[in-house]
This record gives sequence, structure tokens and C-alpha cells, in this order.
Amino acid sequence: MKSTTTILKRELRGYFTTPVAYVFIVIFLLLTGILTFYMGGFFEREQADLAPFFFFHPWLYLILVPAISMRLWAEERKTGTIELLLTLPISTGQAVMGKFLAAWAFTAIALAATFPVWITVNVLGDPDNGVILAAYIGSLLMAGGYLAIGSCISAMTNNQVIAFVVSIVGCLLFILAGLPAVLDFFTGWAPQAVIDTVSSFSFMTHFNSISKGVIDLRDVIFYASLIGCFLLANTLILDAKKGE
Amino acid sequence: MIEIQDLQKSFGDFRAVDGVSFSVEPGEVLGFLGPNGAGKSTTMRMITGFLTPTGGGVKVAGADVGADPIAAKRRIGYLPEGAPLYPDMTPRTLLEFIAEVRGVPASERRARIEKVVAQVHIAGVLDQRIDTLSKGFKRRVGLAQAIVHDPEILILDEPTDGLDPNQKHEVRQLIEEMSQDKVIILSTHILEEVEAVCSRAIIITHGKVVYDGTPQELKERSPSGRLDEVFREITTAAAPALG
Ligand SMILES: Nc1ncnc2c1ncn2[C@@H]1O[C@H](COP(=O)(O)OP(=O)(O)OP(=O)(O)O)[C@@H](O)[C@H]1O
Ligand SMILES: [Mg+2]
Repeated sequence: MKSTTTILKRELRGYFTTPVAYVFIVIFLLLTGILTFYMGGFFEREQADLAPFFFFHPWLYLILVPAISMRLWAEERKTGTIELLLTLPISTGQAVMGKFLAAWAFTAIALAATFPVWITVNVLGDPDNGVILAAYIGSLLMAGGYLAIGSCISAMTNNQVIAFVVSIVGCLLFILAGLPAVLDFFTGWAPQAVIDTVSSFSFMTHFNSISKGVIDLRDVIFYASLIGCFLLANTLILDAKKGE
Repeated sequence: MIEIQDLQKSFGDFRAVDGVSFSVEPGEVLGFLGPNGAGKSTTMRMITGFLTPTGGGVKVAGADVGADPIAAKRRIGYLPEGAPLYPDMTPRTLLEFIAEVRGVPASERRARIEKVVAQVHIAGVLDQRIDTLSKGFKRRVGLAQAIVHDPEILILDEPTDGLDPNQKHEVRQLIEEMSQDKVIILSTHILEEVEAVCSRAIIITHGKVVYDGTPQELKERSPSGRLDEVFREITTAAAPALG
């Protein structure tokens, strides 16, 4: 536990000693701003909520989170520092966890930096702040899911570009699983159970209910087990690579 | 202290390390010699737990590296080949990080870091980003992080590569000073270095040990008394016929 924290601190500090953090946060804010106010029709709707803000998060994360996660292991492998890290007296799982938690904490910081949107809606109207808080939590959970997938994929290669592209495709599958267009493909011939299973793997399905203010335990469990599974796979991949 | 039993490592069909066995006791400085691609680094990576052997095993201070890697790694200080370091850190933050993960108590960290900084002469660059350091300084920082927790076992993969003559001399002295109560395994391509600091030399070629003895005995094998001649003789004789 202590070692995990030490790794976490080093990693998190690493984001801010390079331009990565600042570039990422600025672009994240810029894109959320454009999407919310122009494409989401935030003002035209004349409703005091942040639905147009959160609506785009699954799509925004699809590009931005792999940009964070692609470095996690691919860069360590490329620069050789993985040899330094994995010969420290820590388990592979602690290293995976420390790096993941740092990346997650970093996305939490980027998400927290969107607070002007929240202030805006509170100045303009009288929103349900409970719903907004729930949606923020849901968004963070979803970011964790994307990150775990991306971290796992990053462990397979020493090429960050490959890690980036494959992670986008991997995350996209988890979005698509919940889109009506995809589910329609199954309706009519596949049993309802299959459709339900497919849609139950979707980030969309689990994010939509949370972003409406309902924190359902099942959604939380979904994200927690998704993160757990991918980080476990991440650890197993790293250990398997030692034996290659 | 270190026991290596029939250690093997294959990459696909290629056998990089092919049945290496030896043990090392405290007080010994073992020079690991061999031509490029002989399997020196691969062997060191298995001792430090970075690679899993295809066969055989390594015991470090009684702990099996495969079964109890954390206990084994705790006893070791390791300078990997090429001294990889986090480029965006400074020597100071890196040493603080390594000392913390390696379990140096918070109260002793400062003193330990000050000591190794003086030992490898990096006081002047302590707050400079590592990616802007010269090659020799990077190697020194790599060496500093390997000894910051005062380990019982030191595994150094080409510790003097890229150092200026004065620094080479200093590092050799440092190794000698530390050797009394430690196990030190170092690889090198500089044969005089083996003579100067090692109490024992192992030569490997094609993943096999072809010599294990003192540098003096090695030297006596050559009519001219030159180490490079014996080295060439031993390592080329063992080469399998090509084609
Ligand atoms: N990950 C790997 N995949 C495939 N082959 C590898 C891998 N790592 C090492 N090898 C091969 O194993 C052999 C031994 O490599 P190693 O790095 O141990 O040599 P070395 O004795 O340290 O050489 P040098 O003196 O050049 O550092 C080489 O032929 C190398 O190409
Ligand atoms: Mg080598």
C-alpha cells in the first residue's frame, strides 16, 4: 500500500513536470467548452442543468483518455525505465495500481477544472446540484474505465502510437455496445438476454443513468469490476512479458 | 549469498543463457566478462527479477527470486544496462523516490542521499533535469540510485561505461570500499578493470560459462601475460562453427 502511494506520487508529479498536464487540461477545457456551448446548445435550451456538458463526455474521453494512458507502460518500455521500476521491491500489481491511480487522479484534476461550467449554470439558474455531483462522479468512474483499458493495452507494446490507436478502438467497442444502432442489429433474431448482455457492457448505458442523478450500485459495480479486470490483465501481461 | 543453478533463458528458439551456475559470497567482487551478446545482461536481469528464467533458478540471500521476488529484490541494488532513468526527474527527486520505495527510513533519507551524492560526485547537477545531463553524469546518477539504500548485493551492468578516466578511477575505488561486506557483480568490457577491482572473473560466451577463477590465474594462462589475449583465445575457441 505504501509503495503504491510512493509510485502514485512520483507519477502524478511527472504529469506536472512536463507540458503533458497543461496541454491536456487546456485542450480538455477547450473541447468541453465548445461541445457544451455550441454543439450542446447550453444556452438555447434554457434549462438549468449540465446535461449538454456531460452528454459529450463518453466521446471526449474516447480521444483524450487514450492520449493519457498510451504512455503509461509503452513509454517505460521505450526508455528502459521499466527495468528500474520492476526491479524495485514492489509487486507488479502495486506498480500497475500506482500508475493507474496517478493517471486517474490526473483526470480528476482535469475534470475538476471544469468548475466554471458549474458556476455558470448556478449563476444563470437554480440547478439540482445533487444531480450534477452524481454526474461528475459518473464521469470520473467512466474515465477510470477508459484508463484501465488504455493502461492494459499500453502494457502490450513499446509504441505509444499503437497503444493510442488500439485503445481508442477498444474503448469505442464499450461505447458502441449501448448505441441503439448496434442493439437494433441484434433485435429480431437474438434473444433479449443477448441484447441485454451486450448493452450491459456499454459505458453509455451505465453513464446515462448516473448522469441523470441516479447513482445505482449496479453501475458503480460495473465500473469497479471493469477497472479491476483490466488492471489484473495489465499485471498478468507485464508478468508474462518477463518470461517471453 | 547469491546462488545460481543451471540458469537458462531462451528468446524464441534462441538460447541467450544456457545453463549458467555459480554462487557468490560476501566480500567477493565478481567481474562478468564476455563478448557482445554473450548473455551477461540477460543473466543479470534474471538475478534482479526483471526477466523470468526459462529454466533453473536464482536464490538471493536465501530468497528464491521466482517464488519470493520482493524479499530478493529488497536486498539488491541494481544498475541496469545503459542506466535508464526517468528523464523528467532531477537526480534529487529520483534519489528521494528510490530511497523511499527501497525502504530507507524517512529520518535517514537525507543523510543517505547526501552520502551517495558525495560518493559519485553529482552535487553540482542535483537539481538539473536528468534528460539534460551528459552520459557520464547519467551513469553516475544510475550508480547513486543503486547504492542509496546501502544494499547487501550490488548488480552493476557496465558501471564505468561512458565515464571519464578520473571517474572510472573513483568508481573503482568506491567499489573496492564497498566490497568488504557486500556481494558485487559487475559486467565490463574493460579487462584492466577486472584486474583492478575483481577478486573473481567469470567469462561467458554464447550463454555458457567458459572461465571461472581469479583474474591472476586467467592472466597466467597467457604466455605474454596479457588479459586480452587469453580473453580472445577463450571466447573464440568456444564459438560454434558457422554455417
Ligand atoms: N528481449 C529479447 N528478445 C530477443 N533476444 C534478446 C532479448 N534480449 C536479449 N536478447 C539476445 O540475447 C543475447 C544476449 O544478450 P545480452 O544483452 O545478455 O548480451 P550481453 O552479454 O549483455 O552483451 P553486451 O556486452 O553487448 O551488453 C543477444 O544475442 C541478444 O540479442
Ligand atoms: Mg549487456
